[in-house]
Amino acid sequence: MAVVLILVLIVVGSVLFHVLSPWWWTPIASNWTYIDSTLVITFWITGIVFVAVVSFMAYCVFRFRHRPGNQAHYEPENRRLELLLAGGTAVGVAAMLAPGLIVWNQFITVPADAASVEVVSQQWLWSFRLPGADGKLGRAETRDVTAENPLGLDKNDASGLDDIIIEGGELHLPIGKPVHILLRSVDVLHDFYVPEFRAKMDMIPGMITYFWFTPTRTGTFEILCAELCGVGHPQMRGTVVVDEDADYQTWLGQQQTFTQLTASSGEPPPAN
Amino acid sequence: MVEIPSDGIPSAEVEDVELYHPHSWWTKYVFSQDAKIIAVQYSLTAISIGLVALVLSWLMRIQLAFPGALSFIDADHYYQFITMHGMIMVIYLLTALFLGGFGNYLIPLMVGARDMVFPYANMLSYWIYLLAVLILAAGFFAPGGPTGAGWTLYPPQSVLSGTPGGKDWGILLMLISLIVFIIGFTMGGLNYVVTVLQGRARGMTLMRMPLTVWGIFTATVMALLAFPALFVACVMMLFDRVLGTSFFMPAIVEMGTQLQHGGGSPILFQHLFWFFGHPEVYIVALPAFGIVSDLISTHARKNIFGYRMMVWAIVIIGGLSFVVWAHHMYVSGMHPAFGFFFATTTLIIAIPTAIKVYNWVLTLWRGDIHLTLPMLFALAFIVTFVNGGLTGLFLGNVVVDVPLSDTMFVVAHFHMVMGVAPILVIFGAIYHWYPKVTGRMLNDMLGQIHFWVTFLGTYAIFFPMHYLGLLGVPRRYFEMGETAFVPPSAHTLNIFITVMALVVGAGQMVFLFNLVWSLFRGKEAGGNPWRATTLEWQTPQTPPAHGNWGKDLPVVYRWAYDYSVPGAAEDFIPQNVPASDGVTREVPA
Repeated sequence: MAVVLILVLIVVGSVLFHVLSPWWWTPIASNWTYIDSTLVITFWITGIVFVAVVSFMAYCVFRFRHRPGNQAHYEPENRRLELLLAGGTAVGVAAMLAPGLIVWNQFITVPADAASVEVVSQQWLWSFRLPGADGKLGRAETRDVTAENPLGLDKNDASGLDDIIIEGGELHLPIGKPVHILLRSVDVLHDFYVPEFRAKMDMIPGMITYFWFTPTRTGTFEILCAELCGVGHPQMRGTVVVDEDADYQTWLGQQQTFTQLTASSGEPPPAN
Repeated sequence: MVEIPSDGIPSAEVEDVELYHPHSWWTKYVFSQDAKIIAVQYSLTAISIGLVALVLSWLMRIQLAFPGALSFIDADHYYQFITMHGMIMVIYLLTALFLGGFGNYLIPLMVGARDMVFPYANMLSYWIYLLAVLILAAGFFAPGGPTGAGWTLYPPQSVLSGTPGGKDWGILLMLISLIVFIIGFTMGGLNYVVTVLQGRARGMTLMRMPLTVWGIFTATVMALLAFPALFVACVMMLFDRVLGTSFFMPAIVEMGTQLQHGGGSPILFQHLFWFFGHPEVYIVALPAFGIVSDLISTHARKNIFGYRMMVWAIVIIGGLSFVVWAHHMYVSGMHPAFGFFFATTTLIIAIPTAIKVYNWVLTLWRGDIHLTLPMLFALAFIVTFVNGGLTGLFLGNVVVDVPLSDTMFVVAHFHMVMGVAPILVIFGAIYHWYPKVTGRMLNDMLGQIHFWVTFLGTYAIFFPMHYLGLLGVPRRYFEMGETAFVPPSAHTLNIFITVMALVVGAGQMVFLFNLVWSLFRGKEAGGNPWRATTLEWQTPQTPPAHGNWGKDLPVVYRWAYDYSVPGAAEDFIPQNVPASDGVTREVPA
């Protein structure tokens, strides 16, 4: 009987833990509330199934536990019941998958008006690049990375000369404007992860990966690396600040372009 | 399928001359060709190296709860511990124990064969496995220590100097050990498959096999198809590291230095790794599914509910598991359109898996449930597996995976579903079959302590851990440090989890003690203590002698689940008892 009691306690305890737990997602700071909603739908469906299965099991153990003279029922198969349960499961699965795929489609479809921001990772530092006045990011290659040109910009590409380079400093973003985050690594895998934005994506040397979001709340958020990148992995932190537009413009005006940086080469680039 | 005459099957007298019988202690117990001895060798080796992985998990948990408390654990060590813990548990413990251990012991006995069909290759398989384990363990003593690349070994970091062992011996020993393991496994695996297909006793049609055999058989076929992907990935990475090729290495600037690599694809490794890695989850799960079905049926004195559906579910899960691998890679940077395909296949796999859960529970329904230790572990398995399986629906549904990927939610999920759940089945199976292997029962009192500590302890470890992941705590962090979104209460939870982990680990010592103590002091078991139907309980001797069956091989007349048949004298009818009406059926109508 202890077993029955414990099974019931596991059901009750798990539900109570879920309801009372102080550990829940961080307040969202991006447009991806749909992701949170899909997660909540999934919690409901899976929670109901968990409670139902374990409770039924507890009932069976209570009701059909061995007592002298008991005999089990002999019923090898029950086609109807099996098909019914399979069908019910399929419906539940569809109820989670459908919203999931719809939101995924939004997640991978970058709005045309999204501003490009490049994030470049290396062991164990975040750097950033914004397009200059021409609105275009110049070409960049890992092969071109040198001490003076840490992000590996192609000096022969005119569109890169006015790019704004932020090596190891803070990234600022204007509130309410969609951003297309382009991710590049010069050494190993990293992952740009800000819990409040919900979105994350790995960065792969030799490839450019991306995601997009719209910041919806001003504030300072911590960037973490979410893909094991060597012993410095937990220390690889950065900061992203979501500003009102005026503050953003002020900050933008203080940043250095690629041309300014290379002109002052020989000196260490100004830290922010 | 074998056609069986409905009456009077002649006894298949097979003279016991084909087997190589040992002539000395060495060939009987050390270089043995008897699958039962090989099974014990596999199991003891797997449990031994598993204990190393258990200790590593303690060290990691101590570091997470009490950073700096053990001064010898620095970041290098921490990453070496997580890597070795993961790899040992997944490959060298779970895979080896289920297939090499349970597969070797149970397949010949359950299908009514005298031994595996290739006993010599079977022996080699074990010794090569042992070699792989030794090479792996050598990493601890090598200059620079073992690799700290994480068990996924993702390049480029796994072969660069920012990772422990990347430019030392660590990664080399890991890759070589895996290559050797796969060679050894292939010898054993071919054996299991051919024995099931060709070595069955008369009357043992495929659809009469116990689900244990179906689970192990399907898992072995999958392993034979999946391990080659890991094999080539290891060989290619070895070339990148030793010969300077660039299979997985693009142009890289490491700490300011341009490396002499270019043109390779790190993500190609991930595809190869997970093409192996996802089937690997089911290579561990399917034997557990099979075994737990038989435990539930035997100890609830009731036929497994929906046997044919259970067989097809195993086969379908096995097949589908080869087309879901990239759900481990939703945020890897692969083409995002893959997300639609892999999320769909992944969630479809939930349907046959759910059917299995329903059928286990429906086997309990209207049963005659004996709350023996194997049954307790089976019940605990269902709770744990349902929990871990359901959180898989979060991670499999591509967009929900995005915030949760690479957090503690993932760690909690996979420990629940492919760590704790299969291990609970392993324990249940050991309590169930130990009497056949040794002739003695395991001590019940010690078993009860072991059960409750393990079941409740692991649940207390991994259930709350999901919520740390939901909060956003990333995995594989040597220390969290000051992070604005992580409240102090999360640290309290971390301490709780660590304490539980230490308790659960200590609980396993009770189990080990029981294994040894019962060998000498356990109650005499007799041939069929659980009154089970399957063939391994019908051997003339317990423990079974070499050759298993004496002079005559058994003949099978019925399926494996004739429990509580109405009108029968007893509540079980063994598979080798002819039907009273002389009619043989596949699955009773």
